[in-house]
Amino acid sequence: MATNQQAIPATAVQTRQSSGVWRDAIGRLRKNRLAVVGFFGVCFLLFLGVFGPMLAPWPYYAQDTAAVAANGFKPIPPFQDPSHILGTDGLGQDMLSRMLDGARISLTVALVVQLVVLLIGVPIGALAGWYSGSRLDNGLMRFTDVMYAFPDLLLIILFSVAFRETAFGQAMNGLLLVFVAIGLTAWVTVARLVRGQFLSLKEMEFVEAAQAIGVSDRNIVIRHLLPNGISPIIVAVTLGIPAAILAEATLAYIGVGVQPPRASWGSLIAAGQPFIRSYPHLTYLPGIMIAAALISFTFLGDGLRDALDPKLKGKQ
Amino acid sequence: MGTYILKRVLWLIPVVFAVSAITFTLMHMVPGGPWSSERAVSPGVQAKINKQYGLDKPIPLQYVDWVVSLAQGDFGPSFRYADRSVNAIIADGLPKSIQLGVMAFIVAVALGIPLGVFAALGHNKAPDYAATGISIIGIATPSFVLAILLVVLFSVVLKWFPTGGWKGPETWVLPVIALAGYQVAVIARYTRASMLEVTRKDYIRTAQSKGLRSRAVVTRHMLRNALIPVVTILGPIFAFLVTGSFIIETFFGIPGIGRYYVQGIAGRDYGMIMATTVIFALAVAVLNVIVDVLYAFIDPRIRYS
Repeated sequence: MATNQQAIPATAVQTRQSSGVWRDAIGRLRKNRLAVVGFFGVCFLLFLGVFGPMLAPWPYYAQDTAAVAANGFKPIPPFQDPSHILGTDGLGQDMLSRMLDGARISLTVALVVQLVVLLIGVPIGALAGWYSGSRLDNGLMRFTDVMYAFPDLLLIILFSVAFRETAFGQAMNGLLLVFVAIGLTAWVTVARLVRGQFLSLKEMEFVEAAQAIGVSDRNIVIRHLLPNGISPIIVAVTLGIPAAILAEATLAYIGVGVQPPRASWGSLIAAGQPFIRSYPHLTYLPGIMIAAALISFTFLGDGLRDALDPKLKGKQ
Repeated sequence: MGTYILKRVLWLIPVVFAVSAITFTLMHMVPGGPWSSERAVSPGVQAKINKQYGLDKPIPLQYVDWVVSLAQGDFGPSFRYADRSVNAIIADGLPKSIQLGVMAFIVAVALGIPLGVFAALGHNKAPDYAATGISIIGIATPSFVLAILLVVLFSVVLKWFPTGGWKGPETWVLPVIALAGYQVAVIARYTRASMLEVTRKDYIRTAQSKGLRSRAVVTRHMLRNALIPVVTILGPIFAFLVTGSFIIETFFGIPGIGRYYVQGIAGRDYGMIMATTVIFALAVAVLNVIVDVLYAFIDPRIRYS
């Protein structure tokens, strides 16, 4: 509380009405050390994803056969050859350059999947929750049930195999298709979560109060229910980013999605696994990247959750 | 409530039909068929095999055939293993996949919920950091990476557990931990977030101020409310553990249906793809109904009409 006791100019008090919640949230976020670590982690990963391939010492597909031959046709361990700081695999492909390209793949996964999830999940969950018990709710929830009942892995794999030949399937080396397929299976959780939130929120007094003074349904949903139900959505979406990165890595590990010579962190691990005892760097380097990405997004999401929850105000 | 449950159960039938129809369509959109291979088969032989398996008929008719056969409890032939029916393969593999999934689910819930509660009760203190640290490690480690680490540590170096197989309790330990690890972290995080939300409610303050023992406040007031969002994710987590164990099954050489199912897609084994999808879909749909019914029991504010 002590930090909030500074004198506040009258003008500042008035602006609180519109943007205060978000400004407060940013202030709280900056005080949360883990969230700041996560925020910089995410920024760093974004930087690597956008500029990494330009900074990479080698193209991700280049094979430095001379260096590997000099090393007896074996993978070069990290910090041995100055031109391959993090070493190479058995083909002479530079690990640093390959992991930088992997960063781009993982970040695109994170963004595309969550976009698909939010665009589909929130409206469907909100409509179904608000009009609960109606035909619309029934219809939407039955559709959700159908999507929900699909085994994710099967649908993603079937999807990516079925549309591989189309123009959409060819976009981004076939990766875009995998991303959208992951999103198409992932929105259901958010939709159900939003509906569940709405079911209990709309029984609350402030909704009754808003209805009593004649606020339209549309405004109640957008201005009262969504902001009050946003923290679980944020937690779900933030958890969804690492989950999507994980799904992509898992699919890549079993060989679905990204195709050689491009490699995501998951397929790098798959390629390195047979050599784990003699050349562990082929496995643990991409493993560290996955862990760093998952942890950064998780820390940031946790911080956002605490910061965005107005009910926590003054308790930290 | 009774009619609600009955309605939901009856809805399972169209849901499974919709899933099977979508899968059937997608499956036949996939280029190539079960007989595509490097060795070219003569058109005459191809036509004969197609006729034998009913692939010469139009696709909608094939679907009708499949439904009729399923209504008699027969998933039809496997297009890959000529000597085994899909029923036989499922009967062999499904119990192992279910056992693996159930054990991992029990581990995930038994560790995840207490971990989350523990973290929330000591919010921003040592217990919170410790529990959050554990769940962060869980979240940061994909199941296949965890499996690699477990095998290197416990099988290769310490030699405590075998590297694979499915022949008794000592072979179950590593796959179950590898499969459950990530979900422990997910459940712990959800429980923590949800507990913190509830901690600030008025009725908790009321319960505390009327002098209720803190143990009673936690179990009777906090947990019952905090578990509502957690219950919604237990359904998908359980489904994921049963259907998503393909990686772990392959890694540890467990003969469950997860392995057959992706092999089925790779080999365009139509019979196997349809059977595994329907079984998994039915499992997920049934779990959904159970979660929704549990929802109403846990949160009386939710009324189904």
